Amino acid sequence: MAKLLTLPKKPAIEAVAIGCSAGGLEALRKILNALPATFPAAVIIVAHTAPDGENLLSSLLAKTCQLPVSEAYEREPVLPGQVYVAPPNYHLLIEPNRCFALSVDERVCFVRPAVDVLFYSAADVYRDRLLGVILTGANSDGAQGLKAIKAAGGITLVQDPGEAYADTMPKTAIATGAVDKVLSLAALAIEISEQ
Amino acid sequence: MDDTSIQAIEISLFLEALYQRHGYDFRNYAKASIKRRVLTLAAIHGQTVADLIPRILHDDGFVTEAIAQLSVPVSEMFRDPIVFKTLRETILPLLQTYPRINIWQAGCATGEEIYSLAIILEEEGLLERAQIYATDINDIALRKAEDGIFPVRYLPEYERNYKNAGGKTKLSDYYVANTEFMRLHERLRRKIVFAHHNLVSDGVFCEVQLILCRNVLIYFNNDLQKKVLELFHKSLVRHGFLCLGTRESKRAVEERQLFAAINRNCMIFQKKGGEL
Repeated sequence: MAKLLTLPKKPAIEAVAIGCSAGGLEALRKILNALPATFPAAVIIVAHTAPDGENLLSSLLAKTCQLPVSEAYEREPVLPGQVYVAPPNYHLLIEPNRCFALSVDERVCFVRPAVDVLFYSAADVYRDRLLGVILTGANSDGAQGLKAIKAAGGITLVQDPGEAYADTMPKTAIATGAVDKVLSLAALAIEISEQ
Repeated sequence: MDDTSIQAIEISLFLEALYQRHGYDFRNYAKASIKRRVLTLAAIHGQTVADLIPRILHDDGFVTEAIAQLSVPVSEMFRDPIVFKTLRETILPLLQTYPRINIWQAGCATGEEIYSLAIILEEEGLLERAQIYATDINDIALRKAEDGIFPVRYLPEYERNYKNAGGKTKLSDYYVANTEFMRLHERLRRKIVFAHHNLVSDGVFCEVQLILCRNVLIYFNNDLQKKVLELFHKSLVRHGFLCLGTRESKRAVEERQLFAAINRNCMIFQKKGGEL
């Protein structure tokens, strides 16, 4: 009898993929700062940044986040409880063996790294164990990728365009009709940290 | 079975057909990127991946275009200027002792980087003694590289990169331009031999002091990457140099004791003494 009463368990999230552009640093800080040191999933970030130089974003985020933050290194495994940032001027992808891959293929939506590229490949690998998030940005990148995450059974969240520094990215994502929840940054932070 | 899994089968069958029919082996490419490229090729032709299979088998003209799309060349002049600056300041002085300097760029795409290197060689007084081989599997890209003609719209970026790479004069000393295109000078072009070479299936074809292979191995799986690193080891003279892309895996290059790092940020390595 006990067996019949068991509810189907929601699969645990293996990875959180986040895309953002203009105004992204502050938004990312708010979300990452809310994640507990025991957060069980990997967090993978694509932010549109200047193409050259060092990965400033990862060092800025590392200052306030409880989880370890680093650039995503080619061929290295995606580990739980770790925050990764795509290197400037490379697309970031996830291989089926759950390792990072980089590419210098053409820009997508005028940008490299592109959120779409990460989201498509992550959706293929993590399927329903992926949470996709679109934050502030003045670009349409990420919308198609978010749709792919939804189609693969993953969860899709978007920052409320009303409070976003730039509302194009959230609005374009919402317009795909593939978004589970539209939330304020504060609510997003809670929603993600409760996974 | 869901659509994604079925598509994975289609892609693998297409790559198998391409290999068995034409000998081009993309089966050991990293999966996520090659999937994107195959899907792009299918989308350009308004077809599914499965529809590409009969075409690659029966339409002889299709293979060149397919290869061009599957090996999308993206390159720029003096990409990562610090690398070219380091090559200029650290590596070229070491090559000066050779009466003849052989250089190989594997995966030259449309040639922007090899012309950048030729410019540095000229500024350091080494171009006359240099023989440069630039190879790729993409014949369409190779033809563009051989022409040395590039759109001028990227010039501001190239000028900036050239300065940051320690450029000694003006980039405009090396090309002629109209409103749309720039063409690199003949004196640079004649020092470079552009040739078809497939890293996956072709062996050693020259012995060189420096190999440039930037952002090519990132598309290969671990086994293929390992094999190509061995090919580079065999193609280098004793103590020869290897320059890879700045974000490529350091671990993969160093773990097998074939190369020692000269400058890890710029991904410049030196062949270690021992044979394989």
